[in-house]
Amino acid sequence: MTATTSPRPLLIGLAGQPNVGKSTLFNLLTGLDQRLGNWPGKTVARREGHWEYQGDRVTLVDLPGTYSLTADSPEEKIARDFILHEQPDVVVMVADAAALERNLYLLAELLLLPVPVVLGLNRMDLARRQGLEIEPHVLAAALGLPVIPLVARQAQGVIVLMTAALDLARTPQNFRPARPRIAAPHRQVLTALRDQLAAKVPLPYPPHWAATKLLEGDREVIGLARGWLGAEGWPAVAALLSAHEDAVVDIATGRYAWIGRMIRAGVKRPRLGQVGLTDRLDRFALHPFWGPLILLAVFALVFALSFLIAAPLQDWLDTDLLRPLATWITASLSGAPPWLSGLLAEGVLGGAGILVTFLPLLTILLAALALLQDSGYLARAAYLMDRYLHPLGLHGKSFLPLCLGFGCNVPAILGARVIESPSARLLTILLAPLVPCSARLLMLSFLTPIFFGHWALAVAIAVVALNLVLLALLGILLNQTLFRQERDFFIMEMPLYQFPQPRGIGLALWRDLMAFLRKAGSLILLFAVCLWTLGHFPGPGLEDSYLARFGQLLAPLGDWLGLDWRLLLALLASFPAKENALATLSILYGSPEGAGLAATLATQVPPASALSFIVATLLFIPCMATVAVTRQETGHWGWTFLGSGLMLVMAWGMAGLVYQTCRLLGWGLS
Amino acid sequence: MNTPTTQSLDQLPSGSLAKVHALRGGSLASRLAALGLTPGTPLVVLRNNTHGPLLVMVRDTRLAMGRGEAAKILVERTGP
Repeated sequence: MTATTSPRPLLIGLAGQPNVGKSTLFNLLTGLDQRLGNWPGKTVARREGHWEYQGDRVTLVDLPGTYSLTADSPEEKIARDFILHEQPDVVVMVADAAALERNLYLLAELLLLPVPVVLGLNRMDLARRQGLEIEPHVLAAALGLPVIPLVARQAQGVIVLMTAALDLARTPQNFRPARPRIAAPHRQVLTALRDQLAAKVPLPYPPHWAATKLLEGDREVIGLARGWLGAEGWPAVAALLSAHEDAVVDIATGRYAWIGRMIRAGVKRPRLGQVGLTDRLDRFALHPFWGPLILLAVFALVFALSFLIAAPLQDWLDTDLLRPLATWITASLSGAPPWLSGLLAEGVLGGAGILVTFLPLLTILLAALALLQDSGYLARAAYLMDRYLHPLGLHGKSFLPLCLGFGCNVPAILGARVIESPSARLLTILLAPLVPCSARLLMLSFLTPIFFGHWALAVAIAVVALNLVLLALLGILLNQTLFRQERDFFIMEMPLYQFPQPRGIGLALWRDLMAFLRKAGSLILLFAVCLWTLGHFPGPGLEDSYLARFGQLLAPLGDWLGLDWRLLLALLASFPAKENALATLSILYGSPEGAGLAATLATQVPPASALSFIVATLLFIPCMATVAVTRQETGHWGWTFLGSGLMLVMAWGMAGLVYQTCRLLGWGLS
Repeated sequence: MNTPTTQSLDQLPSGSLAKVHALRGGSLASRLAALGLTPGTPLVVLRNNTHGPLLVMVRDTRLAMGRGEAAKILVERTGP
């Protein structure tokens, strides 16, 4: 009901380099009033929220963390496209006061774009502790724009910062910042370029910015300029550019010289080379011997925790919540047709049950990931593992997501978000399902003792090793083929260690879980209902259902694998959730006399077929939740199908190979 | 370009002090320059384990980089 003076709510972009506390500020301002989407055509998440202050409603967009604004990475292109095309009223740039020099590089780039900028100096407490004395008002006078000191974790300075942003948004004509100049050797050519472009560059591109980006060799702007200038104008510009290919380093040098002058004005330096907490911890964390040991211990702890806490919770949810609920539904629907109560109690609740029992494990693993990332340790793990992952086309950053896959593939794929390079992230997502998750490991530990006695453990380890070897081979293969041109550099900032922040982790966790429930949830529920229906119609028993007919239809496919239609169906049932494989076996092989599943399986399934079944289940198409989350994270069905297809081919190939070898050797056929 | 006093960054042992002399390699050079490794910038090699990535302190920032990337940075050694 409040009267608004402006025709649209103010739009503020939040910019900053990675690891500067930008998201902390965003979460602080918007709370749960935020929307997670994707940037058009990109797999990068777009976070948008609202902030209300004294009757003003402001739309905040959290731009991806970027070191600069070139077109080389999707994140940087997104940030600059947002500023150029969505034309925010003001950009709030968050900088880390403890690493101001490198942080101001982004400011130097922002100031070329047509938008007023307010600078927030975050982590002032940390900077002070390191002996840096920063005078924000002196810096503000030198830069010609508002500079506000912040401690975002303690919500200090946030209102001052946002008030300054609102003021500037209302009076953009007052914005007259100092701007960096290119280093002397290329000043003339920049002017020449700008003059040639001036009349041809359409809105919203500023000619000076376009000229600078051309000199920097920016591929997108070169393409655009070719169109603007046409066949008659472009050759002259192209000649200028090729004569000054070395300008890119000079431009950066000019910016850093400008930054140096600003810093000399506003910052009193401490002596260099003092050893802080981070360096002391890193002596161990990055040590060639101690580093990997510590890493191993950290992961052992995460897994121990998730199995100690999640497994009992999962059990409890299943036995004390879902089963009574199913009984209650059946009882209260006793008057209704049996198919309805069956559908609700077994189909819908069964599907929801899979989802709910997922949650404890997912919560713990995602929280552990967030904690490791927030504290700064994740970057160290990436550093240690980098050399081992290079042949696979992956970076050190892929290590943690892959490791999480042993618990559950879903957080593994969500965890791949920490990888900035899109090709390495995609590759990690495609490879993650080859890491056997806890559900598959559970099945492995149930089935191997039945068939292989003393050799059970050895067989289990061999099968897991097979998965990991295939992961490495597939990684090398994909890296040599599909991802060939997309090689990326490994340059990564090692953030300072810091105490993890519960509020931020909680919010991120809540958002991820909700996104999982919404997107993966709807798919799982739908599939569970379909599967139940196929398994119960036309009735009366499972043996006569469409599902069984379907299974018998597929039976010829099982010949090569040594699987009969029941084992094939169990394999297929592992698609909705890997846990289903065992459940299906117990339905299909359960005997009315109540002899245990293990005993029945031992008599009815030859060991060679069992081995083939185990290999196939471990390599089979990832579970539905994983597929759904792959679709969510890659933004494409194409990649999702490719990943699942590769798994299917490997499952079929390897299981067949195993069975046929057994047949040749005449082992375990009856 | 490779005068006796310059060498590539991956050759420096842990603890060395150096100054950036030049950057090689097109788009990598622009990335490194944007991160602050412009000619004349002082740096400290915090860790060089002979295998795996290097850890370098430059402009108050710790940067991890692969050996291949470090090999493209020519430096003048200025300290131990």
